[in-house]
Amino acid sequence: MDTTALVICEHCDSVYRRMPLHHGQTACCTQCGAVLYSNRSLDLDAMLALAVAAMIVLLIANAYPLMQVELGGITRETTLWNIILITFDSKVGLIAVVSALSIFFFPLLQIALYLYVLLPLRLGHVPPAFAGAMHALRQMQPWSMVEVFVLGVLVSVVKLAGVATVSAETGLWGFGVLTLLITALGGFDLRELWDRAAELGE
Amino acid sequence: MNVPRACDLGLIGCDACGKVLQARQHAEHCPRCDAPLRRRKPDSLVRSWALLLSAAILYVPANLLPIMHTVQLLNVEHSTILSGVVLLWKNGSWDLAIIVFVASIVVPLVKIVCLALLLLTAQSGSTWAPRERTQLYRVLEFIGHWSMLDVFVVALLMTLVHFGKFAQVEAGAGVVAFCAVVVLTMLASMSFDPRLIWDQQTDRDAARP
Ligand SMILES: [Zn+2]
Ligand SMILES: [Zn+2]
Repeated sequence: MDTTALVICEHCDSVYRRMPLHHGQTACCTQCGAVLYSNRSLDLDAMLALAVAAMIVLLIANAYPLMQVELGGITRETTLWNIILITFDSKVGLIAVVSALSIFFFPLLQIALYLYVLLPLRLGHVPPAFAGAMHALRQMQPWSMVEVFVLGVLVSVVKLAGVATVSAETGLWGFGVLTLLITALGGFDLRELWDRAAELGE
Repeated sequence: MNVPRACDLGLIGCDACGKVLQARQHAEHCPRCDAPLRRRKPDSLVRSWALLLSAAILYVPANLLPIMHTVQLLNVEHSTILSGVVLLWKNGSWDLAIIVFVASIVVPLVKIVCLALLLLTAQSGSTWAPRERTQLYRVLEFIGHWSMLDVFVVALLMTLVHFGKFAQVEAGAGVVAFCAVVVLTMLASMSFDPRLIWDQQTDRDAARP
């Protein structure tokens, strides 16, 4: 039996035969409603452009202060790393570790792995340790939380507004843009990259 | 309409890369990506229950202990998650108050209750609304990490508000418990295998004359 034309629903184990779709169509499971596959032809150039942009924006977002607070003539600025280091030195070091992983290390690694996988595929070959990189990408996705952090900064700005003078700085805009870029990258189906690599391997 | 299921056709799908394989020929590892091949997530119910119960226990100190101590002109204020929401509301930011209320109080509670419901029904072999239960699972997966909002807010405030006797914010033990609740509920829903909802479903169908 040829299994390459089949697709199994992740959420209910139903088996379907793949059918050609029109552009922009999505195939959903008739049993549980999960998305099976879509016909958004895998555009490596677009993904690569997004990954490069995301890497640049991530560096900017981390290098510049997020916001500035002024109270009684004293001004304070903070970058993401100030937050992580100060929190780490407090009694609640655990939340510094969680923040560092979910706002800095996982997003950074995610984008670096995308670049590592996409660039060789675009040039027509499969990079070494492709499988390991792809597994890491899949497992990291739920733990990367830049978008939640951006909302957290906005809540903090409002909380502080009554007490001190607060202004948003370059870093915050950087994280805002980074959220959009990472969301766009996450919208691509990793399983299609596997198929592309398998085609190249043959 | 009856759609065949992989477990009945002797097929197995790789969780990691989506490749469809004959279960007979590929015993342990996916030939394409080398991930271990499993029909269902291992010990799904036991792991999920253990993580969920730990989360439910920690939910109590997470809400009762203060997450933040605010010192303002010799006046110390201990705020819990709920009192933070009330303060936002009183200050007129009702939109943010609603967002924080949903992310920090509603989402963790809904996650714990709904996941317990999914686990109980899957365990007892319920045939009730399998499609809706699977959709509920997808919602839980999607909303899980938004609860980390308050953790980030505390980290931000304690870094920014360092103005000696004018104003100072320190983190409270509640925030650690809360952070653990969020991570544990995320792990619990990841350990749950939604295919279990459908396994009983087909067994019943087969048993029916
Ligand atoms: Zn399905
Ligand atoms: Zn595989």
